Parts: sequence; structure tokens; C-alpha cells
Amino acid sequence: MIAFDGVTKTYAGRRVVGPLSLSITPGEFVAFLGESGSGKTTTLKMINGLAVPDAGTVSIDGRPVGADPLPSLRRRIGYVFQEIGLFPHLSVAENIAVGPRLAGWPPPRIAARTAELLSLIALPADIAGRLPAALSGGQRQRVGLARALAAGPGIMLMDEPFGALDPVTRDALGRDYRALHERLGLTTVMVTHDVLEALLLADRIVVLGSGRIVADGPPGALLAHQEDPGVRRLMETPQRQLRRLEALEKGGAHG
Amino acid sequence: MDDRFAAAWALLPSYLSQHVLLSLCALALGFAISLPLGVAACRSAAVRWPSLFAASLIQTIPSLALLAMFYPLLLGLSAISQAWLGRGFPALGFAPSLMALTLYSMLPILRNTVAGIRGVDPAAVEAAEGMGMTGAQRLFWVELPLAAPVIMAGARTAAVWTIGAATLATPVGQTSLGNYIFSGLQTENWVYVLFGCIASAVLALGADQLLGLIESGLSARRRWRIWAGALGLVAGSAAALSPLLAVSAAASYQIGAKNFSEQYILADLMASRLRAAGARVSVKEDLGSATAYRALASGEVDAYVDYSGTLWANVLHRRDNPGRAAVLAGLTRELKRRDGVTVLGPVGFENAYVLAMRADRARALNVASLADLAARAPGLKLGSDLEFLSRPEWAAIRSAYGLSFARLTSYQPTFMYRALEDGEADVISAFSSDGRIAADHLVVLADPLGALPPYDAVILLSPRRSGDALLRRAMRPLVGAIPVEAMRAANFSVDRDKDKLDPAQAARELARQVGLER
Repeated sequence: MIAFDGVTKTYAGRRVVGPLSLSITPGEFVAFLGESGSGKTTTLKMINGLAVPDAGTVSIDGRPVGADPLPSLRRRIGYVFQEIGLFPHLSVAENIAVGPRLAGWPPPRIAARTAELLSLIALPADIAGRLPAALSGGQRQRVGLARALAAGPGIMLMDEPFGALDPVTRDALGRDYRALHERLGLTTVMVTHDVLEALLLADRIVVLGSGRIVADGPPGALLAHQEDPGVRRLMETPQRQLRRLEALEKGGAHG
Repeated sequence: MDDRFAAAWALLPSYLSQHVLLSLCALALGFAISLPLGVAACRSAAVRWPSLFAASLIQTIPSLALLAMFYPLLLGLSAISQAWLGRGFPALGFAPSLMALTLYSMLPILRNTVAGIRGVDPAAVEAAEGMGMTGAQRLFWVELPLAAPVIMAGARTAAVWTIGAATLATPVGQTSLGNYIFSGLQTENWVYVLFGCIASAVLALGADQLLGLIESGLSARRRWRIWAGALGLVAGSAAALSPLLAVSAAASYQIGAKNFSEQYILADLMASRLRAAGARVSVKEDLGSATAYRALASGEVDAYVDYSGTLWANVLHRRDNPGRAAVLAGLTRELKRRDGVTVLGPVGFENAYVLAMRADRARALNVASLADLAARAPGLKLGSDLEFLSRPEWAAIRSAYGLSFARLTSYQPTFMYRALEDGEADVISAFSSDGRIAADHLVVLADPLGALPPYDAVILLSPRRSGDALLRRAMRPLVGAIPVEAMRAANFSVDRDKDKLDPAQAARELARQVGLER
């Protein structure tokens, strides 16, 4: 269980997060949804200690983040972000093997795990020896996912993971990941500014605005009725777009 | 030409091996210091600015001055170590050269390490942190491998600088390819100068290319290029260093020489006499005028020839001129008392600053002495070498005789003689043992007032070796053995433009002339 308790964070005199309290139960797929500057990335990074709250605590399974050395905590948490950050001097297989190596696995086990992950994320085995520069954007993000999953984390943190991909790849990878989430029994926290992505992938959407929680609930509930006009407008956007698409199909013009 | 080339070629193994050893050690040490310092500089601005500033500051010091500065520093450290630990260390030669070149090599490596690490893609750094790498793992797994091409580029620059600057180690007593250049400049042996320049340029370019191969291998991730470059470096260094193994036994006698022809000839003469007596000898050439005496006093050089007036003024800081015999007696007493240095005796000739004129011109003007010259000087032009006009000798004769020339011009020595020949100058400053005095039919003007101090060439022995029977036996016959005419002839045989001899040949010829053959 991940718990935020009265967490605040200020950058250069501007409050970017909080006060914020929230708990995430094991197995949940939570999306932090909000515009840029809403504090969603900072909130996410507090879970693995890449950002440190000024006040309040974040704890995982009852132990405050920062109570133990951060490297050992981070090795148990998968982390994926938009820029991916594959190590350009390492091959695909070597990139995937970094987590297991950090965890001190023996080489045969690492090799087996690498092969397993390549098939898990639907990548051909023959790209294992390639350098990241020789991959397409979608392949790169799949490798990023595989790398984050390699050491068998229970929690996955994802910051706009599919943000830089084309719509087809994005949709496919999103669905593949959702399936993995189920299959591996992960707890996933994903940051996105894309309402549709949040609605289609997550079990629970936390809408953030100016560092505070504006709305929090399962996609269906958030779609059904919203008192906050901003959240209502946000949630209605995909349906509005859908109606415009239907109008186009019937031979109408843009309007 | 062929002779000189052959002579230069024969010296190559010894010069090159010393040069490579020095450059290699300086680069390795520079790298070993700069790389961790660069990493620390990336982590902390409090380290970054001072270290980069210091490295840049060092770079602005002319490399020759940097090398020279370490000599007195090490001398002081050696004295402290002698006092506290009971043993000193050599302040001349390898140690000061290594320290100066190490400092000199640091800036490019330091700067590129900082630039390389700070230039690593922030996403890769964030991924490394997010995955749970410790600071050290992030450094060794991600930052250093990614910064490696940039760091190598810095090492390349450092290698080229260091190999070039290592030629300047010669004047502080470290043999290097600079020996060709410095002795070539002094004896106007342009084959040597060119040979030294080309040898060090080839060495620098070779190292640059091999390091470049490693650099391109690192950035293109081609293992074979990295291996080929590294293998080339190892093989090249091993080949260049191999002569050191052959003569690994250290020379047991060190003969010193300052940086002009006469000194090279005399040092070769002294060394050959010691060798004939069965000793192992090496010659440290091109010592600076002031460093030579200190090197002798501290025992790094066992014997060399200096000049009484120089020692009188520069070592004993005396400004008076009590006469030739009194200066010699005073030196013998004072140097022994003060530094334990033995003045074995005068070689037999003087090498003094004198004023000289063309014989025909002197006759025409009826000038034979400085006193005669004083009356004529207002209508005459004085040509001098580059330092004469700022030396006490000039001040002394100017005030003693009331000399006032129509014009004063400084020349590089070769051009000073040309100027006299062409009539650009009427009178020149010269050294009394210079071979060109006889060859160009010059007359040396007498100094009836004794304003110029005596400059008897004297053999000095270090305190450590002053009781050494073999050394004394080999040097003793040189005392009083060489008249100024013989020395002039020997100097001229090295300085002239045609049929040049090298100093070793000139030394053999001189020994034959004065009957010193074993």
C-alpha cells in the first residue's frame, strides 16, 4: 500500500503539491490526470524518492520513503518515463539486464529473464543485441517497459509513458501494458494528461489541479456526474470528440 | 650533413626513451589526478570552480617557466626532507619535469571530464537514479562510459601538449628530445634542431592518432578500434622505452654542462676521460647558468666547468674585483667553506666578456684598449648579445672608461658577428674564448683599469665526490692544460657553418691538440 499523508512540496516559493493525502491499494491501476503544472509528476516521484516532500510523509507498506537507503527502495519499484532514458552505450539485452544486475542475480538467471521479457513485451528476440539508437520509438518504449519490469517489481511508476508515440503504437502498447498489469499483479501509478488514456487504462483516476486532488474515483463514476465544472469539462471531452467524429462520418462538415 | 644526421640518429634511442618515459609518466599521473578531480568537480560546484580556475591559471604560465619553477621548490622540499627524514632527493631532472608536465597536462583532461559527464543525457541519468543505482554505479555504469569519448579527446590534447612541452625539460636537467633542439640552437647545428623538432612532432602525432583511434572506438562503440589503439600505444611505448632496460644501471658519474658549445666540448672531454678510467658516466647538458652550480652543490652533478667571475658575482654575490688570483683564492676558500664544493683548479683559459673590433678597423682608428676606445666611442656603434647591456660588466666598463656610443643594438650572437663584418656595428661584446675571434680576425680590446672581472674556467667537484680518487685522477690533468687559442679553435670547429664537428669530435680533437690523449 502506498500512502500520502499531508504531503506538500514547494519549488522557488511556489507550492506545487499539496497538502495532499491519498492511499493506493495493492493491485490498483491509478492514473494521475492533470494539466502541466498540476503537480502530478512531482507527486509520482515522491513515491520512489526522486522528489522529496517538504512536509508530510509518503510511505510504502508502512515504511516511510527515505527511512531506508533510496537505491534499495528504487530497485523494488519499476520506473518508466516519456524520455525513456535507455542507456545508449548498452544493447537492448544489456539495458534490460541492468535491474537484475543491480539486484545481484547470477548471469544465467539474468539471461533467461531477458529472453522472457522480450517475448513478454512482444519484441522479436533478434533485437536483443541492437543498440537503442537502432530501434523505433515504439520499440524503445517497449524496451523501457521491459527494463522496468526486469527485476520483478511489485510497483510500477509511469510518467507519460506513451506520450511520445504515434496513436496506433500508443494504443497497442497501452493495452499490452494493461494486460501485463493484470497478469503480473502489479500496482501501477501512471501520470498522464490524456483523459482518454486515463479512462481506458486505469481503475481509478485522481484528477490533480494546482497540486491538490480535484476529483478521485473509478472512470465510470467520474464520467457519470461531476460537480466541479473543470472536471466535468475534462471528462466530457472524449465524448464531445466522439460526437464530432460521428458527425464527420455522416458526411457533415467541421463546425 | 650526413655526419650530423648520423650523429643525431645515434642519439635517438637514448633521447626518445627518456622523452617517452617522462611524457608517459606525466600523462598517467595527470590522468590519475584529473579524472577523479573532474568527477568531484561535476558533483560539487565548490570543487568545480577552484579546480578549473587553478588548471587554467597553470596553463597561462609559460611551460618553460613552469618547469624552472619546480627546481627551487623541490630543492627546498629536499632540504626539509633531509632535515626531517635524513635523506633528500634529486631536485633536478626527472622530478621537477614530471611535476610541471603533470600540472600542464591537467587542464584538457579536467575540463573534458567535467564537460563529458555534465553532457550525459539527463534522461539516462534519471533512469539510472530511478532504477536504484548508487552514485558510484551511476558513475561507472553510465556516466563514465558515456563521457569516455569526450574524456579521451581531452587526453589526446593533453598528450600532444605534454609531448611537445617535454622538450623543455632539457634545461632543468632531464634528457629529452629537447636536447637536440637546445644544443642545436647553441651550436647552430640546424640538423639537430630540425631532427629534434621532427622527432617530437612525429611522436606527438603518433600518440594523437592512436589515442584518436581509441576515442573513435569509444564513440562508435567499436571494440577493435579501442584495442588496436591501446595495443599500438603499448607496443610503441615498449619499443621507445626498451633502450632504458639496456642501460638500466644508473650512471655512476654525472658531468654537467651549461648551454653553449664550449660547455658541451669540455663536458665531453671530462666524460671521456672518466670513461677511459673505467667509470660509467652520463652528461647532463643544457643546464641553466644558475641551476648548474646548485645541482653540483646538491650532488646531482659531480663535476662541471664554471667561470670564476660568474661564481664570484652570482654565487658569492661579490661586486668587487680584487684581481684574478685573489678571486680564484677567494672562491676556493669560500665555496669549500659554504657549500663543500671543491675548486679543483683553473683549466687554463678565460672566457670573459670582452669588447672586440675588426683588426683592420681597430688599426685604422688606432684603438687597442678600452681607454683608446672611449675617445672614439661617440662616433661608433656597439653591437651586443641579448643580455650584455643589462649585465654588471657593461655598467662596470661604461663607468670606468666613460664609454658613450652613438648607438647600442642587441643581436642574437650569430647575427652580431655578421653585423660586425658588414659594418653595421663597429664594436661588439664577445666571449674571449669564442672561436670566431680568431676566425674573423678580430682584436680583443685590453682592459687596463681591470674593470671587467676575471672569468677563469675552473673545474668544480661536488661535495659528495670531492674525495673521489678516480674522479680527481681523471680531472687533475685538465688543470692548466687548455690555452685560450686551443679552446677557441675547438669552439670554432663546432660553431662554424662548414665542416662542423659535433662536440664529442671537437673534444677528441682538443685533447689531441693539447696533449691530453690518454
